[in-house]
Order: sequence, then C-alpha cells, then structure tokens
Amino acid sequence: MTPFRLAPFAILMALAAPAHAQAPLAAEGCLGCHGPNGEGAGGIPAIAGRDAAELRAIMAQCRANERPATIMGRVARGYTDAEIAAMADHFAQSRR
Amino acid sequence: MTTLSRRALFGAAALLAAPAVARAQSQARLLVIGGGFGGATAAQFARRRFPWLDVTLVEPQTRFVTCPYGNLVLAGTKRMEDITFTYDGLRARGVRVVHDRAAGIDPAARTVRLGGGETLAYDRLILSPGIAIRYGALEGYDEAAAEALPHAWIPSDGTQTRLLRRQLEEMPDGGVVGITIPANPFRCPPGPYERISMIAAYLKRHKPRSKILALDAKEAFSKQGLFQDAWNELYPGMIEWVPASRDGKVVRVDARERVMESEFGERHRPAVLNVIPPQAAARIAADTGLTDSSGWVPVHANTLESRAAPGIHVVGDAHIPGPMPKSGYVANSTAKQAVASAAASLRGERPPEALYFNTCYSHVGEDYGISIVGVFRPNAEGTAIAEVPQSGGVSPRGNLPEQRRLEAIYADAWYESITREMFA
Repeated sequence: MTPFRLAPFAILMALAAPAHAQAPLAAEGCLGCHGPNGEGAGGIPAIAGRDAAELRAIMAQCRANERPATIMGRVARGYTDAEIAAMADHFAQSRR
Repeated sequence: MTTLSRRALFGAAALLAAPAVARAQSQARLLVIGGGFGGATAAQFARRRFPWLDVTLVEPQTRFVTCPYGNLVLAGTKRMEDITFTYDGLRARGVRVVHDRAAGIDPAARTVRLGGGETLAYDRLILSPGIAIRYGALEGYDEAAAEALPHAWIPSDGTQTRLLRRQLEEMPDGGVVGITIPANPFRCPPGPYERISMIAAYLKRHKPRSKILALDAKEAFSKQGLFQDAWNELYPGMIEWVPASRDGKVVRVDARERVMESEFGERHRPAVLNVIPPQAAARIAADTGLTDSSGWVPVHANTLESRAAPGIHVVGDAHIPGPMPKSGYVANSTAKQAVASAAASLRGERPPEALYFNTCYSHVGEDYGISIVGVFRPNAEGTAIAEVPQSGGVSPRGNLPEQRRLEAIYADAWYESITREMFA
C-alpha cells in the first residue's frame, strides 16, 4: 500500500466526508490513555470502532456518576455535550 | 497504514482546494526544540495532522529516559531500559531529527543556532526545553554535590536515577533515606510523594528496619490525603514527612558530610540523601529573554505563544501553566494546541479554541494507584487558563481496594499509551 495507490480513494473520501478525517482537538485528550488511535492500551478499553450513541451514553452516565468509574466521571464533567458528540462520532468512525 | 491514508487524504484535499497555497505551505518550517513529552508530542502531532509542515526536532540525546516511571526504577520494579526510548519512530514518521544542542535562538531573524555550528531557520518554533536545576539556590547544592546527593529529577541519560538506585541498594538495613522537597512550582507536583512511596515499597521488601525522612518547604502537597492514607496503611511507621511549619524547610546541604540542614538549624545526616532542588525553565528560555522574574516562561493562554517573542510557542514544564501541573500529560496537551495554533497562523487562520487535559497517576504500592484529573480552558477574556468547574479532582478517599487496584493498572496503561503516541 503506497500513498500513490491510496490517492484516488483518498480524493473521493476527502470530497465525501472531510470532517471525519481528523480527530477533533477535544478527542486528542483521550489518546494519552486510550491509545494513539483510540485502540486501547493495557487494561484501558478501546474507544475506536464503538457505536457513537453508546459512547455518548457512557460519557453521560459517567458525568452523572451513574456508572462505576475510576476517573471517567471526573473527566467527563470537563467536556460539553457538543465536544462529547464530536469525540463519539470521531471514534465511531475510527478503525481499531 | 491509517497514518498513510490520512496523510494522503489531507494532502489530496489541500491540493484540490488550493494548489498554490498548498505548495507554499509545503515549505513552512516547524522547528521543535526538545525531544521530551512536549517536543516529541509536537513533532508527531505535526506530522500526523499537518503533513504539509516541514518538521525538524532538535534534541541532543539519542535516547530519551522518561521522568514518569523513574520512581519505579528506584523501587526496582522497572528497569532503566523499560523507560528508555529512541527517536526512530519519529524519523519513520517523517520528522527530521537532529541530535545537537540548541545553543541560541534569534527570535527576530527566526533562526536557531546549534552547538555544532549549523543554523536552522524556522517559520514557527515549538520550544519544549524542560527544566534546569537552579544550582546554588539551595546552599551547598551545585553540580559537584549532585554527584554525591543525587536529584534524579532530570533523567538525562539515566545517570542520576542509577546513582540514587545504587545508593539505596548499598544502604544497610536500618538506614534513613533523606529527601528534600522544594517550594512550588516544580516539575511533577506529586512526584516527590510517589518517590517516597516507591522507596518505601523497596525498603519494606528488602530493608524493613529503614526509614524515610522527607523535609518539605511546603505545608501541603498534591493528593496529600490519598498519599498519607496509603503510607499509614502500607508503610506504618516508616515515613516521616515534615512540613515547613515543623521546620521542614531545608536551607543548606553538605555533600561531603551528607547533611541536610533546616531553617532552624537542625542538621540531619541520613544514609542516603536525595535532594529535589529548586528549578526553573531550561537555560535557553532565559537566554532568549522569554522568562520573567520567576524563572519560568509567560505564555498566551490559547496559543502557548511566548508573551515576549512572537513565533515561539513554549510548552511543557518550562512555561507558566496557570492552574495546570507541570506534568507529562499537560506537556502532551499543550504541545498539540501549540502546533495547531502555529499551523493556523501559518495559514492565516484563527487558532483553535484551546482545551487542555491532564491526568497524573501515582503508584503508591503494589496494586495501589491514585490519580488527579484536570480539564482546563482559557477564561472568557483569553487572558489566563482556568480549570473547568465541577470537573477533575483526585481519586476518592476511603477503603476502596478495587479503585486502587484498577488505577495501578490504568497507570501502566497510560504510560504505554502516551509513550506509544510519542515514540512508536
């Protein structure tokens, strides 16, 4: 797989859905623990490739202390609904 | 492969949109000084997200030893090679890595002079130089003294950490390990207390009659309740922590006699003496005129650009981070925002709104981890960084063995994840 062979597909993808090409900056904060591509690391679960609605629901439950969590309650309360939605959309479309 | 396709995709999108601009941008030079958590993150993030940038990293050392997990080397549960990384991964991602010392910055000409004589020009500079020990700020503590009384606070090539580890190994059972802790601000606020914990873990296993005497120039410290709960539970009677109000401030050390002397003249002579000394931004920041009277670098809250020199974004421990700690995660987070701001400036766009993130885990014993979390944004005026209200904070106190066990596992996973992001 060289960049040359990818290029035609990439152009099509860029035209079709440029918004999903890069993680929103808010999602960059996740990567230090959940892996550089959201693929998980050690005992920390993957967030890439999971359903966006599920990710949003998990974050909402963490924020409301309605889900057992070590640190994610403290984390989730720092982000807006819009940021969480953008992160969820991004990771839902990322490959593990 | 993901990286390749992303890079191709963005390159293609940019070319379609505005070929002339893309060609001009392809020559934009981002220079990064320092290959630690801030600099390595900046370099990889720039290549990943802004592939049109020409990225050069200047770092004198060919291997990077992390500060995080150095305390586990002291405990004997990690080896030095476990916390040592090369720059091969960054090279493979298209970063030009120059192993030389940045000898001087000319902010007006936008050039950096290297120790080897070469001069590099830049369009934007990411400066992540780390800290310097303020030798002389603590009487009796100079570079020669550090060879007898290790600080083990700047890993460099690992010499300092190895020295302290060897001294701990050579100490007879029943000895006292002295630790001096400076006033704020310093690199890694929970670090001294994780170190106390990890040395205690080692002593408990191998030299159970030994003690730790920690003299602190402060009254309170990061995650204090959690640390002290753990010390009482895991290492009863082993650790004495002395705050400034009980004569904990050390004003003088003597390397030959191995003495730490307090403000009111009490002289302690431990078997091993670890001096965590007063610190400031690394020297190049001061030499370039970027520091204020505190010795640290004031920056704009949203772009991390130096308040003294436009075009230079200062990240990592060297800058003044407002309420954020001087941590590896903050270095990672600020590096990304600095690069995104630099890239926006180079394209004549507005920098993105900053959102900074921190998590610091500390190991305090086997299967026992604790943490502090923070989410930060510039205030409404953009003049300072503020923590998001009702968010973040430390682990809950109380008898929560499952929480502690999981946080120890997550601490290891954090280390694996963030080092992979920087160096894989």
